[in-house]
Amino acid sequence: MLSGVIEFRIDRHSGVSTYLQIAAQVKQAMRMGLLGPGDKLPTAREVVEATRVNPNTVLKAYRELEHEGLVEGRRGMGTFVTASLATDATKADAPLRQDLDRWMDRAVDEGLSADEVDAIYTDVRGTHY
Amino acid sequence: MNASPVRAENLAKHFGRTKALDGCSFELPEGSVTALVGPNGAGKSTLLSLVAGLAKPTRGEITVHGTAVRGRMHPDVSLLTQKRPLYDQFTVRELMRAGAAMNDRWSAERADEVLDLLAGVDKDAKVRTLSAGARTQVAIALALGRLPKVLLLDEPLSDLDPLARDETLRIVMTDVAERGTTVLLSSHLLTDLGDVCDHLLLLDEGRVQVAGEIEEILGDHGVVVGPAGLDLDTDGTVVDSSHTSRQTTALVRGGSAPEGFQSEHPDLEALVMGYLRASRTRRLARR
Repeated sequence: MLSGVIEFRIDRHSGVSTYLQIAAQVKQAMRMGLLGPGDKLPTAREVVEATRVNPNTVLKAYRELEHEGLVEGRRGMGTFVTASLATDATKADAPLRQDLDRWMDRAVDEGLSADEVDAIYTDVRGTHY
Repeated sequence: MNASPVRAENLAKHFGRTKALDGCSFELPEGSVTALVGPNGAGKSTLLSLVAGLAKPTRGEITVHGTAVRGRMHPDVSLLTQKRPLYDQFTVRELMRAGAAMNDRWSAERADEVLDLLAGVDKDAKVRTLSAGARTQVAIALALGRLPKVLLLDEPLSDLDPLARDETLRIVMTDVAERGTTVLLSSHLLTDLGDVCDHLLLLDEGRVQVAGEIEEILGDHGVVVGPAGLDLDTDGTVVDSSHTSRQTTALVRGGSAPEGFQSEHPDLEALVMGYLRASRTRRLARR
């Protein structure tokens, strides 16, 4: 299915309201280049079937994204992405990303846990940013 | 027409000297999903049967999309009662045929669609052989076959396992997404309500305590925590408070956080629990 581009994961214990989680996940997908201008977001009905949320919540998230100028609702057709958040640096085939991918491979080979990897990443990021 | 799907005005229902409902007013916005909560005996089931037209109010009036409900089932309203009365000896197919015969407006297609959702219900099975989840799905198929604009659900999840609960809510939410149905559902399962309801109607002792959009209501309340002995000095209303030897915790409506207290907004569960605790305290104090 064409509309099956992204699937929302709702964390019911995060304390972050559901509509903000949905909006954030659309933006994340846009940043990663998974969603770009012209792509259609899943309909409220599709999201409800997949994740059991209130369709009004989905529409609220889409309205929020529309307000930010990222998507556009077209009557009777659905909601479409109108902007691009992807930069060359965040795309899947970007060199920096591939470097990190290779680095992560080594970490797995050397038996590091995800927590250890996160700790290293956070620490290194902290010294640069 | 912009008449509200459900509007209750100064609604009262007395059974002898017992006031099940007394001066109850509220309005449900179109396409909203409202959680009806309150302690046992708060009047939730009474309210649902009044909206459905199964009982007549002692005082006050209910209108559905602008027309008054007067002691008979309103054609735009479907009610799924707690007991889910179904004919056990019928097969599912026969039960659907009965649904068609008993309702002026009936969509066999819609009923079939609901039966086929998820794992699907065997239409040749006798109703009594069905699991609790499948029975609920059959009852919902009967309710949605009427193509209601307003769907009332009385404790729809109470005897279901987690999977059947999830699937039941999915069916209901799908109807909201497709047809813009207005839903009012009573439940004690607050964690299940959190992400399916956008409005809240909190009843206690026959009256509306809190009504409105959940996000706004939560934003208007604070759970404040401070050291014991410090005065809870706030311009808001203290709904409920509890004390330990070191700490005071309170649910406060409106106003700013009292001096010396830390405040954060409650989630739906914490909010409802606060009101239920306060209600019990009031009732105990009267004894």
